[in-house]
Amino acid sequence: MRSITLLPILLLLLSFAVQASFETYEFSTTHNEMRYFKLSKELRCPTCQNQNISDSDAPLAADLRRELHRMIEEGYQDDAILDFMVSRFGDFVHYKPRIAPETYLLWYGPFALLFGGFIVVFFVARNRRLRARASTDQPQVVMESVEETNVTSALTAEERERLDRLLQQDKNL
Amino acid sequence: MRKFWVFTPLVAFLVMGVFLFKGLFMDPSKLPSALIDRPFPSFSLPSLYEPDQMMTELDFKGEVALLNVWATWCPTCKDEHEQLNKIGLEEGIPIYGLNYKDDPQLARAWLERYQDPYSKVVVDRDGRLGLDLGVYGAPETYIIDQHGIIRYRHVGEVTEKVWQQLKGLMEIIATEEDV
Amino acid sequence: MIPELGTFATILALCLSLILSVVPMIGAYTGNKLWVDYARPLAKGVFFFLSLAMLFLAYSFQTDDFSVVYVAQSSNFNLPWYFKISAIWGGHEGSLLLWVWIQAFWTLAVAVKSKNLPIDIVGRVLAVMGMITAAFLLFILFTSSPFERFLPNAPAQGADLNPLLQDFGLIVHPPALYMGYVGLSVAFSFAIAALLSGRLDAAWARWSRPWTNVAWAFLTLGIALGSWWAYYELGWGGWWFWDPVENASLMPWLVATALIHSLAVTEKRGVFKSWTVLLAISAFCLSLLGTFLVRSGVLTSVHAFATDPERGVFILGMLIFVIGGSLLLYAIRAGSVKSESTFALSSRESMLLVNNIIFTVACAMVLIGTLYPLVMDALDLGKISVGPPYFNALFVPMMSLMVIFLGIAAFSRWKETPTELYVSKLWLPAVLAVVAAVVTHWIYSQSIEPWVLLALVLSYWIVFTWGREFVSRLRNRDSLVTGLTRQTRSYYGMLLAHLGVAVMIVGIAMVTVFVEHRDARMSPGDQIEFRGYTFIFDGAREVQGPNYTSDMARVRVLRDGVPYREMFPEKRMYTARGMVMTQVALDPGFTRDLYIAMGEELENGAWAMRLQFKPFVRWIWLGALFMTAGALLAASDPRYRKQAKRDAAQRQLVTE
Repeated sequence: MRSITLLPILLLLLSFAVQASFETYEFSTTHNEMRYFKLSKELRCPTCQNQNISDSDAPLAADLRRELHRMIEEGYQDDAILDFMVSRFGDFVHYKPRIAPETYLLWYGPFALLFGGFIVVFFVARNRRLRARASTDQPQVVMESVEETNVTSALTAEERERLDRLLQQDKNL
Repeated sequence: MRKFWVFTPLVAFLVMGVFLFKGLFMDPSKLPSALIDRPFPSFSLPSLYEPDQMMTELDFKGEVALLNVWATWCPTCKDEHEQLNKIGLEEGIPIYGLNYKDDPQLARAWLERYQDPYSKVVVDRDGRLGLDLGVYGAPETYIIDQHGIIRYRHVGEVTEKVWQQLKGLMEIIATEEDV
Repeated sequence: MIPELGTFATILALCLSLILSVVPMIGAYTGNKLWVDYARPLAKGVFFFLSLAMLFLAYSFQTDDFSVVYVAQSSNFNLPWYFKISAIWGGHEGSLLLWVWIQAFWTLAVAVKSKNLPIDIVGRVLAVMGMITAAFLLFILFTSSPFERFLPNAPAQGADLNPLLQDFGLIVHPPALYMGYVGLSVAFSFAIAALLSGRLDAAWARWSRPWTNVAWAFLTLGIALGSWWAYYELGWGGWWFWDPVENASLMPWLVATALIHSLAVTEKRGVFKSWTVLLAISAFCLSLLGTFLVRSGVLTSVHAFATDPERGVFILGMLIFVIGGSLLLYAIRAGSVKSESTFALSSRESMLLVNNIIFTVACAMVLIGTLYPLVMDALDLGKISVGPPYFNALFVPMMSLMVIFLGIAAFSRWKETPTELYVSKLWLPAVLAVVAAVVTHWIYSQSIEPWVLLALVLSYWIVFTWGREFVSRLRNRDSLVTGLTRQTRSYYGMLLAHLGVAVMIVGIAMVTVFVEHRDARMSPGDQIEFRGYTFIFDGAREVQGPNYTSDMARVRVLRDGVPYREMFPEKRMYTARGMVMTQVALDPGFTRDLYIAMGEELENGAWAMRLQFKPFVRWIWLGALFMTAGALLAASDPRYRKQAKRDAAQRQLVTE
């Protein structure tokens, strides 16, 4: 039997740690403050489920915020700060994966797909046009497609009458 | 040509299915240490036994040993303590302790109460050393080799099963030296 | 007794859905009309028994029957009655029951609303929906029954519903979202039925269109409600986090958006048939995949349900069966489908194809980003995180491109559009969009923010291009009134939805760039001033709620020095679970929200406070509401019903 401690808790769009937790750090410049908020949103809290260190109230996230604040105020560049974090917690800690051979697919794959998609559009449309041109020479090809596109036009007068009758019946029901 | 393309969604899905199946048996919350094969970070922090005496990374050099990150506020640390006692006191394996973000007084009382398997314990009160070490959740247990290089990290409770695995690794690391 | 009846009703529903998935299908194949006719009553029966099961579960909640494991886990004696209703879907087991109940509801809706469709198609569609229902019911009964009991000892008190879920959001968000997810199964079933019957013609597209529109409307609404809920509930004012769970809902949405457009082409022009079928299959398959991702624990997410490998294996098996099976069927049948209609590169068909490409690629991008860490890990390439910086970097350019084409498409015509027509119609809206964007930006803020400028240009682009198109339609009529009344509901729906896109873009860009916040330590009497508002902290006092105690702060707000209103953010402690929750104070507005969240208590009655000024954040959800309304309006177009009747009559004629 399942134990009661195994609580199926969360549904959608909600998280475990919801105490908005934050410090009231002072910054020497507004530029530093902006950098702090940008970086604290790009760094992932290693203990938490899936939260950046800004949104998490885990003690470790607070430590990382403290460290981030210290480094920014001591004049470290963004890259140096990210290196500092990655060298301790691994690539996992940065929400923006670095561009390396193993992430080429991640970064460039979608653009390759998009490009491929546009090429497909180009060829599909061109092919269709060529076929259209060919079909004007051979009317019977068009006839085959009629059934698919619009049956109504292919009905004989007699059939049309029956169709109307059927529709009429439907209405009376 | 067309006959071939219509199969691509199916193939793509099946490939994804293989990964999803594999994913079911992986633990996404387990992180490998970024410090594997790197020297233990340098530090200068007081010892738990003699608060006046400062310890450094040199204290963790010399033999293949375990380093255990623990705290009195961590419930799993209590669960694994008995196992650590067995390793440290019965089997005589050197275990260094890293008392992480804890009150030294409470820590000393804890060791008195539950026995002390550690040969040395360093006090990391504000978690600075833990941060350098990439600690993300106590307890964590590291294997450090003769030269003070970090070789392995286990996150979570050290059970008998985990210990047998760690022991095997430590034996391999110890024999490496002779080559 | 009642919970056992619930299990019993679920089992009966399973039996009926199994019959539903077999008998009409065989009937459709052998031409046995009697067997096919069973489909409708069976669909009604499944819905009836699942409704009973829902009622029994609701009864267990209302009577605080803590001998039921699920009730004990997610309810409490002190929980208000309305949360005891929404608690039904507050956890894994109950939300699955809700899912399958909604599935039964859609099945019933198709059964009732399909009078005009050929009976063999109805039989096949209902049979496919019955299979999906059966698969979920098996899952519920074998791994996740909400009716399971504690035996022999039941706890005297329940663990309480997670405080986060004790909110209006839980009442509306999951049902709306599930209506969307599950609603996509209708288009899916029509597609499968069309593939099975081998008649992949324009008619199935026409039948699927209103259903797809309604499902898409609910999906849009559900996602928007979730975003709005997260915004006010979580306490840090974000409205989209690119979390795997959100991505799981975005992926089907993106594909369903492509599907809506693709169905239009297939219906009107008979092209892209096999592509549209693939989209219809994919949209629903992605909702199933989302369920798997959320409930299996494969990905780390803030919102994941409690995980259990056994469940994961079961859902994966179900996925392989449903998705693998339908894609296999697709591969076998779609290879031979030909569409002979012709169009040029410069045509409405191409425009809609471009729309499809962009939305599909965007979905692929979200899928790649979501699963990449898993794949890297499985291949031992290390652990990485793919988060907002990645998704924003790729999603924004793709959607910008999409919007550019959206504007161009306003003047595209079927088959072929002369390039000169584009040029002559589009240059004016383009110039106007840039001018209007610069002026608007300058009025709002004298600094130049490139992203805001881009967003404004794109929004105006949509408004001006479609506005011009709309006006030109009216011009062709004798009077304004006849012009307005002659346009179809689906046309107005489309305009409204596209306008929603423009509105949403403005909201996203403005709130992202011009958000301003202050994290401050505030002692009683302290005041903070920004953006023309003054916030005066009057201190906090203790308040007693029904199942929580709370520190409630009072913040007086002055606008330009004049008293404006008082706001009461709270820090609540829910007693049953010992959980602390931030209850934000909001002052919603058309052009800006004021947002106050309390942090920790500091010494001497001081508190850490986060004050935020969020410009135009409401526009994000307003845009989504426009899209929802547009899709519903289009779905209500009487044209579909008339046409369906016609198609059915024609079919009958052909088969006679």
